[in-house]
Parts: sequence; C-alpha cells; structure tokens
Amino acid sequence: MFSVRNTLAVAGRELAGYFATPVAVVFIVIFLVLQGVLTYNLGGFFDRDQADLVPFFGFIPWVFLLLVPAITMRLWAEERRLGTIELLLTLPLRQSEAVVGKFLAAWSFCAIALVLTFPFWITVNVLGSPDNGVIACGYIGALLVAGAFLAIGAAMSALTKNQVIAFVLGLAVCFVFAVASYPVVTDFISTGSPGLAAFARRISVGERFMDFTRGLIELRDLIYFASLIGFFLFLNTILIEHRKAD
Amino acid sequence: MVALIEIAGLTKRFGSFTAVNDVSFSVARGEVLGFLGPNGAGKSTTMRMLAGFMVPSAGTARICGHDVQTGGVAARANLGFLPEGAPTYPEMTVESFLRFVGRVRGYRGIELDERVERALALTTLRGVRLQTVETLSKGFKRRVGLAQALLHDPPVLVLDEPTDGLDPNQKHEVRTLIRQMAPEKAIVISTHILEEVDAVCSRAIIIAGGRIIADATPEQLANRLPSGRLEDVFRAITTEPSLAAA
Repeated sequence: MFSVRNTLAVAGRELAGYFATPVAVVFIVIFLVLQGVLTYNLGGFFDRDQADLVPFFGFIPWVFLLLVPAITMRLWAEERRLGTIELLLTLPLRQSEAVVGKFLAAWSFCAIALVLTFPFWITVNVLGSPDNGVIACGYIGALLVAGAFLAIGAAMSALTKNQVIAFVLGLAVCFVFAVASYPVVTDFISTGSPGLAAFARRISVGERFMDFTRGLIELRDLIYFASLIGFFLFLNTILIEHRKAD
Repeated sequence: MVALIEIAGLTKRFGSFTAVNDVSFSVARGEVLGFLGPNGAGKSTTMRMLAGFMVPSAGTARICGHDVQTGGVAARANLGFLPEGAPTYPEMTVESFLRFVGRVRGYRGIELDERVERALALTTLRGVRLQTVETLSKGFKRRVGLAQALLHDPPVLVLDEPTDGLDPNQKHEVRTLIRQMAPEKAIVISTHILEEVDAVCSRAIIIAGGRIIADATPEQLANRLPSGRLEDVFRAITTEPSLAAA
C-alpha cells in the first residue's frame, strides 16, 4: 500500500530544503529574469500590439529545459554523495513513496516559480483585454512541461552520485523530448524511417505544449503528460531499488 | 530467549570479490553484540544488508521475524539504524530533522512532540535543537544520528560505530545509554574500539575477510591468550586465522 503520509513527509522535507539553501532564491530570480528578458525583448511583447502571453509561453519550455535539470540534479545524486540515501531508505517507507515525494516537492517548487510570473499576466490585463482562459490553459501546459522535465531529470539523477553528470544527462534527455517534433529532427529521421519520424512527433513535449498555449486542453495531451511523468517516476523507482547501495 | 535478529548464510559479492561470506548469527532480546573486525572486513556491508539497504547475493536477514527484503517496511519499522558516518541532511535543524524522521515513522501531533523531546534528551541535544546540522561538530552530528535511531524506541538497534568522533565524556554517556537500553532490546554495534566491547557488549563476533572467525563473550575471547587482553587476541586471530579455532 502506498502511503500518502510518508510521501508528503518526504515532499515537505525536500521543499523546505530548497528554501533553506540559496537554491530557491537563485532559481526563482534567474527564472524570472530570463523569462522577462526573453518575453519583453526577444519576444517583442510590446511591439506585437496584442494582448496575450504567446511570447511568454513560447520561451517557457526552453527556460525550463535549462533550469529544471538544475533542480533535479541534486534530488538523488546529493543523497548518494552525502550518504543520506542510506538513512532515507532504511526508514519504514517504500522507494516509490520517496520517489513521488521528491518529485512532488520539485513540482510544487516549479509551481511557485510559475505563480511568481503573475506580473506578466497583470501587464497584459492592464494594457488590453486578453482571453484569460487561454492564459490559464497556457499555465496548465507550462506546469505539465515542468512535470515532464522534472520526472526525466529525477530519474537521471538516480543513476549517479555526480551532480554534473545528473545535470547533463537530464538536459540531454529533456532536450530529445523538447525538439523531437522539430522539422530539422523529423526530416532527418524520416530519410531513414518515416515511421520513426511520426513517432518522434508523437512523443514531443513542445508539440503538445503548443496546444495548451492556443487554449486547447485535449484528453490525449493530458494522457500523454501523465504517461510520460508516470513512466519516468516508475523508472526512477526501479533505479533506486536496484542501485540504491551503489 | 527470543531472537530478534536472525541472519542466515548472508553473502555479498561485488564482481569476483566476496565482501561477506556466509555469515550467520542471531541476536536475542537483552544481548549487546559487538561486531568487530579490521577495516574492510565486511562489518558495514553486513549491517547494510541487515538494514535492508544492500541486497544480499545470498542468504537472508530477519528483524523481529520480518525478512528485510520481502517484508522490508515491517522490518524497518522495528529497526533503529545508525549508518556508517552518521549521515544527516546538513541544511536541516536538529529538531526539524528529527521531526521528519518521526513523521515517516508514523507519529503525529503531541506524540511526535514527545518522541522528539525524548530523543533530544537521551542524546543531550536539547541545547542545539535549532542549529542546522552542518554547523555542528562531529560528535554532535553522531548524536543526531543516534537520536534518529532511538526516536521510535525500536526493539532492534543496529549502530555502525556509534561512538566514533565522540570525546571521552560523550563516549561514556552513549555507553551508559546502550547499557540502560540493553535489557529491552537486541543491539548490534560495530566498532574497532576494543575497550567498548568490554564496556558494553555481552557478546562479541570477530569478522575478517568476510567470515566470522570468533563468536564468544568478551571474557572467553580475552582468555584465549595468557595475557588476558582482548586487544592481543583480536590482533592474533585477525592476522593469524588458524588461532581462531583455539
């Protein structure tokens, strides 16, 4: 039986850990600055003369691609390096509870960072009358992208006690999922096997996220994100189970 | 006497190297077993397998009748474990760390408060409860690890070098604590401080090269050589295994 209490105890400890170290402040400040610079300058937020957050959401997957592996790299690698994994996994909890707890902590942390982007939302509402339903969909999509990258990064972190390796592996795998639908990638794959190119488009995070930013929440997209997160959390549990003492 | 710890044929191989080779013993309530051996003899590996952290290559370990591999959560609920080096989360305060362990152990509300208070009192940590673990000296960190192992008053205690890094007064306190708890519990402590065996253990097992080479009371062991000193016996049988059978 999966214990929600244990999961929440692990999540609470982990989340408090972000705020007890400079990790939280550095992450949130860099995230907001990057999003601000990219949206207002590169994204031509004001020049577009449109009351929406399209440029803001357009950059979110790329900023997450860079920053999310930086959160997840410590999740398990740090526990291994400090030896606390031995303490954590000899407490009466299941590995899956520890895995989900850590994931939830990281996900809540990303949610906090997303909530703190509210000035963008206020800006468009002051300057015009945007469709706030579309914006809400975009935020839901952004949270799901963060969840997918977090699940991937956490599983990569379980492979090693070296945080740099955890970061690079996390970034690499997230990158594959981010760019899989890009014409450059699919054209390249389809020269060899067209079937694989269609598959690459299907597993792409970017493609699915675009639906959300257009105000579409489709069941198949929700199922996609749930399966992606579920699969990598499962992989994470297996890795911890089999390599906990390595 | 009821055996709370039962180890049968426990073996751990790393590639072609056998770290622990067919180790069997059981520990009853009221016994304090000193687990001795030179560095690299397999003490910590045996303890990790007993705590369910490392998966044995062969053999079984049971705590209060629960197999640590198949009934892990139940076994670990009855276990207080101090891992080698007493790892703890550096950014947490002593109190928040113990509260986290208490929550995972299923305590809530007033009971959690009482458990944490008791553990702080037993290990004389009340004065540093609000300090983060990283600011503490080595001896204090060791006591935080000990407090975590004692929090739930478990029937089985497995302590890997509990007095390492403590000053003589702290060593004395920890030994007194172990002696006080002894009648109610089955305790295994690993150490290479031989005076500790004389001070607290009712039985000693010497392990070398992954095998048990002696299992007797400290007095019986000491009397194997005319000098009557445990130190001489330890050196003799760990460097000259043929004497072990004497």
